[in-house]
Amino acid sequence: MADAAKVTDQPLLDVPDVVWQRASMKLDGARWAAGKLAVTGRAEITGIVDAVADAGHARARHYAEAAVSETGYGVVEHKVIKNEACSRGVVDLYRDEDFVAPRIDDARKIVELPRPAGVVLALIPVTNPVATVFFKTLLALMTRNAVILCPHPAARKVCAEAAHALADAAHKAGAPENAIQVIEEPTIPLIEKLMADSRVDLIVATGGPSVVRAAYRSGTPALGVGPGNAPVLVDDTCDLKAAARRIVASKSFDNSILCTNESTVLAFAGIADRLLDEMKVAKAHICTPEQTQKLRDLLFTDDGFNTAVIGKDADWIAREAGFSAPGAKILVTPVDLVQPEERLVREKLCPVLAFARVTGIDQGISAARSMMRHTGKGHSAAIHSSDERNIMAFSAAVPALRVAVNAGCSLGASGFETHLGPSMTIGTGFAGGSSIGDNLTPHHFVQFARIAYNKEADVAFGAFEGLDPHDLPRLASIATAQPQLSLLAGGGGADSDAVRRELRKIILEELNAVLAA
Amino acid sequence: MFDYGLFRFADKQELFDKSIRFWNPDKTKFWQGVGVDLVIDRREGYCLYDMSGRRLIDLHLNGGTYNFGHRHPELVDTLKGALDYFDMGNHWFPSVARAALSEELIGTAPGMKYAIFGAGGAEAVEIALKSARYATQRRKIVSIIKGYHGHSGLSVATGDERFTKLFLADRPDEFVQVPFNDIDAMERALAGGDVAALIMETIPATYGFPMPQEGYLNACKALCEKYGTMYIADEVQTGLMRTGEMWGWQTYGVEPDIFVTAKGLGGGIYPISAAVVNEKCGGWLEVDGAAHISTSGGAELGCIVAHKALEMLRRPELVANVHAVTRFFADGMADMMQRHGDIFVGVRQKGVVLGLEFDHPEGAVSVSRALYEHGVWAIFSSLDKRVLQFKPGVLLSADMCQEILDRFDAAMPRARALLHELSKAA
Repeated sequence: MADAAKVTDQPLLDVPDVVWQRASMKLDGARWAAGKLAVTGRAEITGIVDAVADAGHARARHYAEAAVSETGYGVVEHKVIKNEACSRGVVDLYRDEDFVAPRIDDARKIVELPRPAGVVLALIPVTNPVATVFFKTLLALMTRNAVILCPHPAARKVCAEAAHALADAAHKAGAPENAIQVIEEPTIPLIEKLMADSRVDLIVATGGPSVVRAAYRSGTPALGVGPGNAPVLVDDTCDLKAAARRIVASKSFDNSILCTNESTVLAFAGIADRLLDEMKVAKAHICTPEQTQKLRDLLFTDDGFNTAVIGKDADWIAREAGFSAPGAKILVTPVDLVQPEERLVREKLCPVLAFARVTGIDQGISAARSMMRHTGKGHSAAIHSSDERNIMAFSAAVPALRVAVNAGCSLGASGFETHLGPSMTIGTGFAGGSSIGDNLTPHHFVQFARIAYNKEADVAFGAFEGLDPHDLPRLASIATAQPQLSLLAGGGGADSDAVRRELRKIILEELNAVLAA
Repeated sequence: MFDYGLFRFADKQELFDKSIRFWNPDKTKFWQGVGVDLVIDRREGYCLYDMSGRRLIDLHLNGGTYNFGHRHPELVDTLKGALDYFDMGNHWFPSVARAALSEELIGTAPGMKYAIFGAGGAEAVEIALKSARYATQRRKIVSIIKGYHGHSGLSVATGDERFTKLFLADRPDEFVQVPFNDIDAMERALAGGDVAALIMETIPATYGFPMPQEGYLNACKALCEKYGTMYIADEVQTGLMRTGEMWGWQTYGVEPDIFVTAKGLGGGIYPISAAVVNEKCGGWLEVDGAAHISTSGGAELGCIVAHKALEMLRRPELVANVHAVTRFFADGMADMMQRHGDIFVGVRQKGVVLGLEFDHPEGAVSVSRALYEHGVWAIFSSLDKRVLQFKPGVLLSADMCQEILDRFDAAMPRARALLHELSKAA
């Protein structure tokens, strides 16, 4: 046979991009779902939210394993904790809050009607994929939004699997079709196109600075958050043993993949050696200057940060750098200079912790400010201290919007070990290029239509108690029918409901008689 | 001035004048008589724009031709891409485009054997009737009173006398008509054992979408089997996911011997139609495959557009949208009927195929006009003017569905006034 078969990578025909077309149809589907969710009652929403949380919780370990296996980042045990905290944990926390029913304020004569965003486009980072899928989905559902999940391409399989499971659970619990959807084949151009689409009401962007900036540039309302780079100040009034233990535990948690993890310890000089000793007890490996140089070279190449180390364990990183640190949970690299040009004081997302000595609170503050000048503005910091003045001074001066006190920063600043909103998404505020300064909570996904009465005392406030805005008695139809009838009757003018109803009846009878003739 | 490069019109009136002079005086004047002065200029998505610039939401869709909306970008890009490589092709030879589309079509309908292409619905019906005649070696064709299958020689003979008498195209000896939903009448028509085919629209469109009664279509099919008659499902308006499944007959659990598809198959941008036949009805393709030929039937450009149309229709996202639109109008129209029950008396619905019944013999003409004045274009049923054909597209968005319903609601007082005038004049 001499078929002139064309050997080429390109098809012979130029055909449309089906991936975009399908994604576009998902937006339409989400709009339908958003419309239905927006008029769903609280009991049903609670049932859906619980079902979704349970579905995520039940397979927390499976997804933790799948996430580590697909991305190579993090620690299964710790991801299990995050997946559980971001499923049932987060739902239980907000269980008593009502994002659905009208809020009646008799004193101010105001009724607030919750108005969900509609369609939420949730960008999922590679570092915390499944926990963020759970978290953003649940926050969206609690507030009656449809969600489209856009995973980072390197975590797309596990995110899609988790999203489908959540969508199934939601649907079985009565959620409208397409309340939860996932982009199975995410690419940067596709995500940018979705973000700019007018069918998206809100983007919730977690990821690198370029993604976050793209979200804000898209023209669609966005909640984007910037990168972290947390300083942790340890003064001479704290419980050093506890501080050391908390820092090592936090720094090793999920191999430092939470953006709230400690970047650099700033220890008062008087307690620095004792702190290092206690950290050793807690299984920190204190690097020699040579080892520190090896880590500097491994983590920061001429091309920038080496992403291969993200979420890897201390043992692996040490071996990769060319030394061994058996049994170490974290690698501590002492540094002399706390300025952005010392690369080790930048964000590292792996269990390598820079360590510097400061003379006191003033130098601690300036060191913290200096390291955050490069990255981390608006994000997190921690302090171990029992002196309120130090805590206040540090918090007032460093450009962080949350300062965890006597707690590990990873789980403290993210709200799991403090009373901040537990969150996978940390608002970095105006300083960090974000419109929100809080930890992301359900409150960010809902706005309110406000019924506001005249202030004057002689204008009475209405009795709204018990009225469901989506299930009102059919008074409306009579009211709207009235002008039509007046049109036929050649002018209305009737001003009582009873007269209107009677008039309507007479005219309808007359009309039907005429039409039947 | 409307300058289209190749030709230009000073204004809309010049267009009307020339249409009356050179094209079709009666049709042009008819629409003016019923208050619809539409000349479609721009078109995009589910919207039409009159030469005046006025926007209209299209719920006419020319029977599903614009199922995906007007000039759907994915279809347009597909056709543009195809034009860089293909043309209509040469019907004599096997072709990659026709083979691929045939396989796709057969894939949607297990039990079918071949797809035979035409350029329009009537041609596909023609092929279907000829195939049935070949398979049975009988001449007689049974169809439904007020059914509609096109305007060519055999197809027009199956239809209403409005379309045959004028042209002396009726053939009462070979073409028998029975009332819809009357299974006894059907049996009487078939019992002679001399009928080649029963052809029926799964839901008769031009008759205003009366719904087949429970079990009616299955009973018709059973009678066909009993008397050796081929069952032809005309799926021109009910196919292509408009009833919630790819083909309307699938929603009723009836398996035809032949089904016919057209209109939306070409996505509203390149005409193509097909008769899809089972092994028995396709027998002639093994004996003399050139016994029916068509230069523009199955043109390769059309095949490529149709291929894309079928791919789009099978996407779960699209199927979900059809279901959402279906539910929206089921709920929405029930609500409208409750509020405007004095004139709006019934809804016939299967998927996104809807017929809305108004309480006057010409009711839908007035309602169509009132909707037109309120920015919605939906046409009355030619053969039952009580009924408004209301045909949302499969890709309609939630926002636009709500807009349609709001406009419908706003148009009802005007419809009421027009109906009132009509009744007074009578």
